[in-house]
Amino acid sequence: MKFSPDRRATLIAAASAVALFVVAAPAAAQKKYGPGVTDTEIKLGQTMPYSGPASAYGTIGKLQQAYFKMINDNGGINGRKINLISLDDGYSPPKAVEQVRRLVEQEEVLALFQTLGTPSNTAIHKYVNAKKVPHLLLATGATKWADPKNFPWTIGFNLSYQAEGVIYAKYLLKEKPNAKVAILYQNDDYGKDLLKGVKDGLGANGAKMIVAEATYEVTDPTVDSQIVTLQGSGADTFIDITTPKFAAQAIRKAYDSGWKPLHIINNVGASVGSVLVPAGLDKSTGLQTLQYYKDPNDPQWKDDPAMLEWRAFMGRYYREGDPKDAANVYAYLAAQTMVQVLKQCGNDLTRENVMKQVANIKSLRLPLLLPGMALNSSLTDFALVKQGQLARFTGTLWQGFGEVLSTTD
Amino acid sequence: MAANIETTPRALSAKVRFAILLLVLVLACVLPFVVSNYRVFQFTLALVYAIALLGLNMLTGYNGQISLGHGAFYAIGAYVAAILMDKFGVPYWATVPAAGAVCLLVGFLFGLPALRLEGLYLGLATFALGVAMPQILKYKYLEDWTGGAQGIVIVKPDAPEWSGLTQDQWLYFVVLLILLVLFVIGWNLLRGRIGRAMVAIRDQPIAAQAMGVNTAMVKSLTFGVSAMYTGIAGALGAIVIQFVAPDSFTIFVSISFVVGVVVGGLASVQGAIYGAVFIQFVPNIADQISKAAPWAIYGVFLILAMYVMPSGVAGLVRIAIGRLRHRHRR
Repeated sequence: MKFSPDRRATLIAAASAVALFVVAAPAAAQKKYGPGVTDTEIKLGQTMPYSGPASAYGTIGKLQQAYFKMINDNGGINGRKINLISLDDGYSPPKAVEQVRRLVEQEEVLALFQTLGTPSNTAIHKYVNAKKVPHLLLATGATKWADPKNFPWTIGFNLSYQAEGVIYAKYLLKEKPNAKVAILYQNDDYGKDLLKGVKDGLGANGAKMIVAEATYEVTDPTVDSQIVTLQGSGADTFIDITTPKFAAQAIRKAYDSGWKPLHIINNVGASVGSVLVPAGLDKSTGLQTLQYYKDPNDPQWKDDPAMLEWRAFMGRYYREGDPKDAANVYAYLAAQTMVQVLKQCGNDLTRENVMKQVANIKSLRLPLLLPGMALNSSLTDFALVKQGQLARFTGTLWQGFGEVLSTTD
Repeated sequence: MAANIETTPRALSAKVRFAILLLVLVLACVLPFVVSNYRVFQFTLALVYAIALLGLNMLTGYNGQISLGHGAFYAIGAYVAAILMDKFGVPYWATVPAAGAVCLLVGFLFGLPALRLEGLYLGLATFALGVAMPQILKYKYLEDWTGGAQGIVIVKPDAPEWSGLTQDQWLYFVVLLILLVLFVIGWNLLRGRIGRAMVAIRDQPIAAQAMGVNTAMVKSLTFGVSAMYTGIAGALGAIVIQFVAPDSFTIFVSISFVVGVVVGGLASVQGAIYGAVFIQFVPNIADQISKAAPWAIYGVFLILAMYVMPSGVAGLVRIAIGRLRHRHRR
């Protein structure tokens, strides 16, 4: 008799367990967890340059932590809270290796999310693929992250440099098929990556359109002589693949020398504050570039519902963030994409399934992307962003025009 | 540890010292089997830094020359190893002496003109070298070799099958072995004739010259050997990290080395180990205490260390042993 209450409890428990099993068997069978996942938590990891030369990008990690806090406050994803462990790597590759090893081996995160910087990601590329850790939505524009054949565990996020080049080429083929194109590019992987995109986009026939090419080194003091050479080629279109300092020089020189071509400046060099203001806003008027998400400074999005929602988020969860900084829109988009991937995973939160789902994003229309844009991926296509819209500088701001262009059509 | 510390109380008999050394060695050998691979990786990095710090300590601690640019030699060593492995398929172990040889030569040659500079002026000249290094690595005529801004990815060496070790454990033992060899060489060098000459130049350069010490030669050689040690550390660091890039070798590396040497203890062979542990682990601890201002916390640690241990960890250890002996005698 002494044991009867216990025994009864056991019986009831056993019975209900059987009943539950019968009812919930399919669901329970699907509940599969990889490292870093429990019934209440999903652990993600990232490295960010909170200190060091690229610390301005640290806002991306801070915003994402705030965004996941909002998701968690609203109940998380299928009842699981996201725990993003965001570590400082000081933009130093050895530090990134150390921190990523800590995330993978000590913290045992399910996946890495938005690790920032081409050098840092290059340093961990082989390691994470050997360890089979999902290396998701990297915050860098290099094209090499979309290589599912050799690196099936790595997928980037940004519109890649090559994709940007392809879209410029397609735009020219369509709108200005008789253009005589001059190209200036930075002589490194980034410059060559974008140049390859332009050439691939123009194709064999279009290659004739390029009448002149010039390069510069990051160590060069100016690009004035290159601009003069390019101008001398008689080109009427100038594709300008330069980083901020050189972009400002090129814009000023191309204007002052009286060349005044159709001047396409790549996205890297299109910042109003750090390029166009020093170059002179009057000299920058008429420049064209490519955008893929809404610019928080552009008045046309002032009353856009997505922008209002973003501003509300900024006000409630990330007060210290700068609402003028486009990096905060970018970071928000990446975090939303991550949430979508985790939602798609359901209760199968293994590393294999995370990769399967990140490669199975279909027409994800995030509202902060430009209208008409969507993210897509497949097992053979790891380039999430393939579209963008050209924008023209009005003298005060970048204004999108024309339709959304894609690398694929 | 060495004959050159005037304050060294001849504290421990040779037997006891040998026993302690043996104990530390046994602990070092057991360590990789009791901690995770990630920790093993961190300790391996600490050993790598210890080699670099010993190199810098020879120059700064023993010879009294200040270098704020030893990160440059660390970078050269790393790149020599990476280029040899990546472009020429040289096995990883063979790249280590090559890196040492290159740095010995570069350090010696840099040391020759730098000799004309004393104290802080030498510090500034070496600082210039350290600052310039990341940009030199991106230089276009070197780019085919160095990989420019993108750097070079290295394949991590596997442990030989007979050892049954993981990659991290294997590398740990490789680095430990090299460290032991280099420490024994360094210790022999420093306690002998050359070591005395180095210290004499630091303390009384004119007297040293009068005694017949070839000041110029000893100084440049010290610079060369110091660079060699740091270069070997660089090569090992590159192999452990599996990647080199200009961003890995900012001036901050050089500054960290100076911090490590001073915190560990100037003119002390064992100080290199303490300093290496400090520069490897304290930034991580600081990062865990405060995400917002880890370097402020690091600074606090540094100031505390200097207040509590004005002659470095090695100095503290020395004083502690001396006190113990003293009490014992009474």
